[in-house]
Amino acid sequence: MSVRDKRLYLEDVTVSFDGFKALNELSLYVDPGELLCIIGPNGAGKSTMMDVITGKTRPDSGSAWFGQDIDLLRLTETEIVRAGIGRKFQKPTVFEQMTVMENLELALAGHRSFFRTLAARTTPAEQQRIDEVLEIIGLTAQRGALGRTLAHGQKQWLEIGMLLMQNPELLLVDEPVAGMTPQEIERTSELLLSLAGEHSVIVVEHDMTFVRSIARRVNVLHEGRLIAEGDMDKVQKDPRVIEVYLGE
Amino acid sequence: MARRWIPLLDWSAGRDRGGAWLLAALGAVCVAVPLLSQLVPASSPLHISAYGLTLIGKYMCYAMLALAVDLIWGYCGILSLGHSAFFALGGYAMGMYLMRQIGPRGVYGDPVLPDFMVFLNWKSLPWFWHGFNHFPYALLMIVLAPALLALVFGWFAFRSRVTGVYFSIITQALTYALMLAFFRNDMGFGGNNGFTDFKDILGFDLHSDATRLVLLVATALALAASYVASRAIVESRAGRVLRAIRDAESRTRFLGYPVESFKLWLFVCSSGIAGIAGALYVPQVGIINPSEYAPINSIEAVIWVAVGGRGTLYGAIAGAVLVNYAKTYFTGAFPEVWLYALGALFVGVTLFLPRGVIGLVARDKDT
Repeated sequence: MSVRDKRLYLEDVTVSFDGFKALNELSLYVDPGELLCIIGPNGAGKSTMMDVITGKTRPDSGSAWFGQDIDLLRLTETEIVRAGIGRKFQKPTVFEQMTVMENLELALAGHRSFFRTLAARTTPAEQQRIDEVLEIIGLTAQRGALGRTLAHGQKQWLEIGMLLMQNPELLLVDEPVAGMTPQEIERTSELLLSLAGEHSVIVVEHDMTFVRSIARRVNVLHEGRLIAEGDMDKVQKDPRVIEVYLGE
Repeated sequence: MARRWIPLLDWSAGRDRGGAWLLAALGAVCVAVPLLSQLVPASSPLHISAYGLTLIGKYMCYAMLALAVDLIWGYCGILSLGHSAFFALGGYAMGMYLMRQIGPRGVYGDPVLPDFMVFLNWKSLPWFWHGFNHFPYALLMIVLAPALLALVFGWFAFRSRVTGVYFSIITQALTYALMLAFFRNDMGFGGNNGFTDFKDILGFDLHSDATRLVLLVATALALAASYVASRAIVESRAGRVLRAIRDAESRTRFLGYPVESFKLWLFVCSSGIAGIAGALYVPQVGIINPSEYAPINSIEAVIWVAVGGRGTLYGAIAGAVLVNYAKTYFTGAFPEVWLYALGALFVGVTLFLPRGVIGLVARDKDT
């Protein structure tokens, strides 16, 4: 495949903080509909990479393309969201004082200006979309519950649901299963696998068994560089990966 | 589904019980106060004197200011400690109209120039005084002047992502700066004396009971309208976004909402309400001067909201009336302890009644 067919393409991205290179000429790509897992030890640059994609951090050099004609480095954070990139943070940050429904309603794709939202009414189509997403994330029964009353796993799913409301082409999911029970982890892998295909998904995760259960392709980051790439078996046999993870 | 977006319909379902009580109370004021003032003999304890009318009108103006503060503080977490600046600006706009109404009846008898300009030896009206002899123009300015200041000030502040206590501090600076500016004679707003000795409004004598009653009823209606408008804002989807900003600002930004513009427009709406409140205040109390810009006034407005119950709208109104009633009583009975009492009230409410006085009576949770 050529560069043109990629959903997301980072090339030679370098980010340094006071001389420390958080990303060092990092290049990676995601295909349309692909689920890509990114692993790496602490400080490997995973979060910085997400920050670059979402516009929170500007790289010193390199390029970041979304599709073939959207230059992410020229867009603001808000514009990137509108272009179709949704990010789920490590810590679940649903709106605690609002119900599950209201959380999803806020995340609805559509007008974002003050005056448009002032006059906005929930249309039947929007309501249908909310119901669909409630079904996908398995929270239909909890639709009226306040965000703060949800269990940890449910909050994570709700947040993924909020991303889905915006119909993003690319989902960035940061450590989705941290702190989850085994049942919740299983439910989460089913959810993420069901999303791939329709959306491109990048999952950053520490939990190796989880990564093994969902990933077809894995990228390993270390000190801001891509050091290995391929399926889980290939990556786990890579001597550099073994050194990074078990070396010290 | 659509019904729940329209607050007016929800009252029938009892969703906004506090609002229903408020509107009923304001309706009662519109009926009872004229009756008690005109039909009940002056000897009766139920009679409302001219002083009483002014007091009730004043409380309702303060209640509107509190409503404006609660709209931004309670629902978007923006703590403005300079809201009396917008109140005073609206008041000055009304004052300019009332000054022009005096016409040749001033002490110096100049047909156009207000007395203080004659006294300063000015030969013609400054440019910004033109048009204020027309009531509709003055009405426009009552909203436009505060809104424009809020737009410019808010644009700079929110765009630079000034939030929290820093925002509060610069709003204090804003109102303080305006106070100093309006104290200057050459600003053209009457210096430290401000405007007073008003004669009439739209040709009606300001000192007659009938005019006072009409002003009072107009204030009650304006307060009711401001409440309904504010309720409509906070119950709309925009209102939900505002509460989302209050609770988790950067999360809301990541959902693609232009957080700064939401804050800005809400701030502008709130300043407009404060401006109308100030404009209704001036003809009823009969004076406007730069002390209305004093930073302490803005802080007091925040205390009213905290005492009444932040984030409920009607709580702010109840708080403004309660605290000001207490102020009227205390400053009469024990003038030297009032400020201490106010401070103690604020500390006490913060510690023991985080949801304000309304929190004591309200059964179901708002927000």
